[in-house]
Amino acid sequence: MSYQPIKFYQTGTFTVGNRLLAPEERSVQASSKRFNSINSGHRACQGCGEALGARYAIDAAMEATHGQLIAANATGCLEVFSTPYPETSWQIPWIHSLFGNTAAVATGIAAALKIKQKKNPQAQEIRVVAQGGDGGTTDIGFGCLSGMFERNDDVLYICYDNGGYMNTGVQRSSATPPAARTATTMAVGPEPGNAFGQGKFVPAIAMAHEIPYVATATVADLRDLEAKVRRAMEFRGARYIHILVPCPLGWGTQSSETIKMARLAKETGIFPVFEAEHGELKSALAIRRQLPVEEYLKPQKRYAHLFGKQPNVAVIAKLQALADRNIRKYKLLETV
Amino acid sequence: MDKPFAITLDPGSSLANRTGSWRTYKPVYLDRLPPCNATCPAGENIQGWLFHAESGDYEAAWRSLTENNPLPAIMGRVCYHPCEGACNRQYVDSAVGINSIERFLGDEAIKRNWQFVKPTTQSGKRVLVVGAGPSGLSAAYHLARLGHTVEIHEAGPYAGGMMRFGIPKYRLPREVIEAEVQRIVNLGVSIKLNTKVSNIEASMQAGKFDAAFLAVGAHIGKRAYIPAGTAAKVVDAISVLRSMEGEEKPMLGRRVVVYGGGNTAIDVARSVKRMGAEPIIVYRRTRDKAPAHDFEIEEALQEGVMVKWLSTIKQAEEGEIVIEKMALDDKGFPQPTGEFETLAADSVVLALGQDVDLGLLDGVPGLEVKDGTVQVGPNMMTGHAGIFAGGDMVPSERTVTVGVGHGKKAARHIDAWLKGETYAPPPKHELAGIEKLNTWYYSEAPHVVRPTLDILRRQSSFDEVVQGLDEGNALFEARRCLSCGNCFECDNCYGVCPDNAVIKLGPGKRFEFNYDYCKGCGVCVAECPCGAIKMVPEEN
Repeated sequence: MSYQPIKFYQTGTFTVGNRLLAPEERSVQASSKRFNSINSGHRACQGCGEALGARYAIDAAMEATHGQLIAANATGCLEVFSTPYPETSWQIPWIHSLFGNTAAVATGIAAALKIKQKKNPQAQEIRVVAQGGDGGTTDIGFGCLSGMFERNDDVLYICYDNGGYMNTGVQRSSATPPAARTATTMAVGPEPGNAFGQGKFVPAIAMAHEIPYVATATVADLRDLEAKVRRAMEFRGARYIHILVPCPLGWGTQSSETIKMARLAKETGIFPVFEAEHGELKSALAIRRQLPVEEYLKPQKRYAHLFGKQPNVAVIAKLQALADRNIRKYKLLETV
Repeated sequence: MDKPFAITLDPGSSLANRTGSWRTYKPVYLDRLPPCNATCPAGENIQGWLFHAESGDYEAAWRSLTENNPLPAIMGRVCYHPCEGACNRQYVDSAVGINSIERFLGDEAIKRNWQFVKPTTQSGKRVLVVGAGPSGLSAAYHLARLGHTVEIHEAGPYAGGMMRFGIPKYRLPREVIEAEVQRIVNLGVSIKLNTKVSNIEASMQAGKFDAAFLAVGAHIGKRAYIPAGTAAKVVDAISVLRSMEGEEKPMLGRRVVVYGGGNTAIDVARSVKRMGAEPIIVYRRTRDKAPAHDFEIEEALQEGVMVKWLSTIKQAEEGEIVIEKMALDDKGFPQPTGEFETLAADSVVLALGQDVDLGLLDGVPGLEVKDGTVQVGPNMMTGHAGIFAGGDMVPSERTVTVGVGHGKKAARHIDAWLKGETYAPPPKHELAGIEKLNTWYYSEAPHVVRPTLDILRRQSSFDEVVQGLDEGNALFEARRCLSCGNCFECDNCYGVCPDNAVIKLGPGKRFEFNYDYCKGCGVCVAECPCGAIKMVPEEN
């Protein structure tokens, strides 16, 4: 028999941790000493993907910077549920900003820190992240974000994409996927739900700015997410990470299915998980068990209108075509 | 406090919000019963010992295994492993090779001379075990561990029972039996060989025994009426297998017809093949209806054993037999067709099942014998108080593993009976079916196939056919275990909680929920790979 490598740990690195792995080989989230940057008692819905994604990302950034981190936060779900004044869930230096100017606020902090560093070169260096939802990033804050990219300011911008304005009652954003029902894109008329051919995919726009680092991630692939945050912190200049965070409220899914939905988005090719450096695609997280898009669409009430007595096969086929295009474009069925 | 510019209130922590009050369902940790454990006739905690094997702590794994079964090296060779048939991993890729890991642990224990821990106190009670087969050895082991003085009376010249006289060497080398029996003797069990118990009550009185466990097995070959000429050689399978153990090998001639379709028939055919004969199995039904395990039939066919399916023996004469072709009727029963065939045969071996020698029970009041087997209650006790029975002599599936299970069960009841109590088994956990698992999290890892001896050596020698695993692939195979229903500390619940409401208690201590903040979303339940959490409704 050929030699069988024994470096096999039952769940490998699919799970958060593993008792058989050395502590340094486990994820940040597996550690009982993790920062818990966003603490218990926040008012996010049951099974909130954004609360989870934010803790994953910011804990990883805290780990990478040894706790020397300042976060600027856009208005949105994340701020509303974490920080109703005078109370906060954040256990890191954290600053509130308006809906649209987070990137600019973070740029300012980075500039101030640069001056402080110049005046006192011995001081421990402090890094900056900016974070917001898809509304604050792809719509309202887009001008400031593009400016931050274009000037290559030393900020990691993290967008938590749940595909809409969820805490104000699930309105459409430019990150809402086609055919999805929201309060402003009702499932009525000949083309129900959000229109095809509109909206934007900001990771691709960030890549067009040729900034040092752009990545996408989901809450279903923790190891990948943490590695990307760590990698991002190795660069200077503007960096952008776009994390898919399912929203049980806005998507109409069971609160227990948050991670499953993110996994299905990735496995169907609906949401491509990749990283790019200086405008060029570097790698993609390969699809492990490819599935048709129906598997992803069906559990979500926002797509329920596609699955009535007469399934809307034409629209489903169009969504499948988008997934297939992602698979082709980002090489999701091969390891780059 | 002097507050900074524009600050009027102290920052408060969200920990003041006890978001646990939102909950209508709450997650709770539980242990579910893995399907392997549920099906093991010996009642092994398979997931439990694999857990230790996964970390490479083979001694702990072996100690955990032998809590229930003292014969892992034997079991790892001869058990028909129903556990693997139930293993949830078969729905992922293929079942975990539990049997091969068990054998590895058993062999490792022999190699490293691991011994059982002796009991700290003695009860002063004496128990007589009749028969040193798997059931008797198992009962003796468990009784000795419970502090009782145990004596085994064995009629034969060696310990092992059917494991020695019924299972050929190529499946179970004799050194393995010796080693595992010796370890039980080292625990303090005494075995008297060549000591046939002809009257159980007399033997118990003579030895001042407080209780007895009977496990004499079933080793009288069943006969069937076959019109035979005076010169025809007709023998039974068990005596053939038994004579393989002695110096004088049975004289069966070149062409040996084995009549029957069970495992014993296969064992005889494969054994005589190794002695240079040409065995032909004659069986009245078809291969899929044969009681022998299919892999054994397959191995026999590979080795060149011939089989006549759908045939019965009508007559045996010197040098030849007449067989009649059968056909299955619509109920699946074989019916004669009137079509005959003559086969050259130097001898006929009958492998038609075995009966129990019940001589030792003559005159014992209260005993019930039905269909040639001793009837026992759910506590393995016969109708006579203090006399228990198990193994092949009671109604059951006759395998080594079932025998070992009977021995354990009887030992627990005997122990309770000696104390004037009744043994109540702990309630069983709910089953961890595949639907309780989230198999996404398990790495792809194909089953390790045990190497087998090359075919030429299998046809000519009694060397062991199936080889063992080495440390590397045993560890790999152990780590294929999904740990169904039992937490293996993967940290998933701790990691995936959006509310930090899972407390990690440290290595070996698992986790706890912080119900002050758990909102009851159920993500931990959905993402637990092994199904060790469930949601239950809140009471109010």
